[in-house]
Amino acid sequence: MPEMHPPGIDRTDLKVGGFVLALGGLALWQAAEIPASPLYGQVGPKAVPYGVAAVLALLGAGLVVQALRGGWSHTLEEVREAPPTNWRALALLVAGLLANIVLIVPLGFCLAASVQFVLVAAAFGSRRLGRDAVLALVLTLTVWFGFVMLLGVNIGAGLLEGGILRLLGQELP
Amino acid sequence: MNAFDGLSLGFSHALTLSNLGWALLGCFLGTAVGVLPGIGPALTIALLLPITFQVEATGAFILFCGIFYGAMYGGSTTSILLNTPGESGSIITALEGAKMARNGRAGPALATAAIGSFVAGTIGTLGISFLGPVVVEFALKLGPAEYFSLMVLCFVTVSAVLGGSALRGLTSLAFGLLLGLVGIDLQSGQPRMTFGIPELLDGVNVVLVAVALFAVGETLFLAWRHHDNQAVVRPVGSIMMSRDDWKRSWKPWLRGSFLGFPFGVMPAGGTEMPTMLSYYAERKLVAPEHVHEFGTTGAIEGVAGPEAANNAAAAGILVPMLTLGLPTSATAAIMLSAFQSYGINPGPMLFEQQSALVWTLIASLYVANIMLVVLNLPLVGLWARILKIPQPQLYAGILVFATIGTYGISNSVVDLVLLYSIGFVAMFMRRFDFPTAPVVIGMILGPMAEQAMRQALTISQGDWTAFVTRPGSAVLLGLAVLALVGPRVWGMVRRG
Repeated sequence: MPEMHPPGIDRTDLKVGGFVLALGGLALWQAAEIPASPLYGQVGPKAVPYGVAAVLALLGAGLVVQALRGGWSHTLEEVREAPPTNWRALALLVAGLLANIVLIVPLGFCLAASVQFVLVAAAFGSRRLGRDAVLALVLTLTVWFGFVMLLGVNIGAGLLEGGILRLLGQELP
Repeated sequence: MNAFDGLSLGFSHALTLSNLGWALLGCFLGTAVGVLPGIGPALTIALLLPITFQVEATGAFILFCGIFYGAMYGGSTTSILLNTPGESGSIITALEGAKMARNGRAGPALATAAIGSFVAGTIGTLGISFLGPVVVEFALKLGPAEYFSLMVLCFVTVSAVLGGSALRGLTSLAFGLLLGLVGIDLQSGQPRMTFGIPELLDGVNVVLVAVALFAVGETLFLAWRHHDNQAVVRPVGSIMMSRDDWKRSWKPWLRGSFLGFPFGVMPAGGTEMPTMLSYYAERKLVAPEHVHEFGTTGAIEGVAGPEAANNAAAAGILVPMLTLGLPTSATAAIMLSAFQSYGINPGPMLFEQQSALVWTLIASLYVANIMLVVLNLPLVGLWARILKIPQPQLYAGILVFATIGTYGISNSVVDLVLLYSIGFVAMFMRRFDFPTAPVVIGMILGPMAEQAMRQALTISQGDWTAFVTRPGSAVLLGLAVLALVGPRVWGMVRRG
């Protein structure tokens, strides 16, 4: 395939290659950590992990070489025409994900997921936080009760869910 | 069992009220998620996997297949009205379809896409019914060595042949294989790749990875590049096709169907190539008086052909999935893991041991196809309205469902951390053009390939040459090598 390489090294692509290479290294280390099984003669549990780790490291090396020869990002139309990074949106979204992780155990699914909902909606430009909060609570409660009642799957009950169940005079399944 | 006995058995089960209900629900859900940008059939089926705890296998698979077929119908609506294809198979549809919509011909474009999908879906399902048993005959002759080589061929074609770059595709595949290795080795009981974290002993959940790749990663990527402008949803108008539209559509429908189905059946899978080929074919074959419509006002042939090819290829993908247990798309891979959660192993034995299930499933595909064309044409206004759900609430909702799909099953915060971490990896994969489907396929097919390999080596008493001395296996491995290096060698030869 005739590809035009502009001279120089693509540093962002280089980081990707380095990451894949490091992942391969990590996998090689973990493959070495697998205890050899005395039970199994022909092919033990280590062969395939070693193989996959080695292939991953090789592919990482290949990507590094490609990055050193100009990289591939400049050939992607989507990257060339991309708008600038929206740090505000990304930060709000990540805040939503973190809030979910931190809050889901102490507060339960509905409240944690609602906080996440409001933050994510704000990340994508919603300005009516109150309306989003109401929407989020209705959605999460509906889904939570749907899962508990129909499928018997409990998605982490907390303050709100327990309270509503007590109001209805029911116990958590 | 031959196809006719099978189908009569299948229809007798598929036409019960509850199974018709599952098919209708699947078609409805599938069309909705197909229409919505950002959600696809793989993610939807992954999120619905918990129903396998409660619903019997037949009902669940009818639902899943309805979603699978429905999403194909819905995808064309988004391409035509919004000019943003939701999945790779409908990129080509957007080329002419969006231009027709801009010129006030959205209705006929949607109609030719829906009827073309029906024609192709029916031809594709006929293909499954009659080709399936033939492939099973052949597959029953395969030993573990041939199976392993077949999976290697599948790995190479889904990652290295399709997509932008073999290097990046294979990297995605290796990442998936690595994820599949995490957990306790089934044959020796040793923990592998767990970093000493007890939660990882059970392995990484397929649903978690699918949700991370298709929901979290996609949302993160969109936030990264977010800028406030809503795309324009074109009005539908009348969906009636004129006499001329019919005359110009029927041949592309048939050509698209017969082009798409074989591509789906081949282990390479994929809907990009057949849709693209169909587009170029229609552009060449179009009547001279309509040539100028291509790329300007939108030619109906350019919607009819690729949409048919897309649906026929999607139907074809079910052939290797049901007969060989080989998933060649992310959606098929998720369906395979649904089979596994019922303790059913797809593969040649499926047609013998679970013949009622398989044939009911196939019969339901015919039913779903009829439902979809009936559901879609009159309800097209409803689907167009779904497109107007504002982005902020849509993506916030998707992430709520992502939490349910992972935390809901395990109640483990470790899983949430893992979900978001893989989500970040997926965001960068999207930015640097690494395909995501090979990750899911590698993760699900990898452990099966390892098992086949170890079985083959046990049979051959540790002799690795068994993979090249057995003729069937050697041919398959040869094809894999050819698929990997062939295009490069060809390129070098051409350059001289």
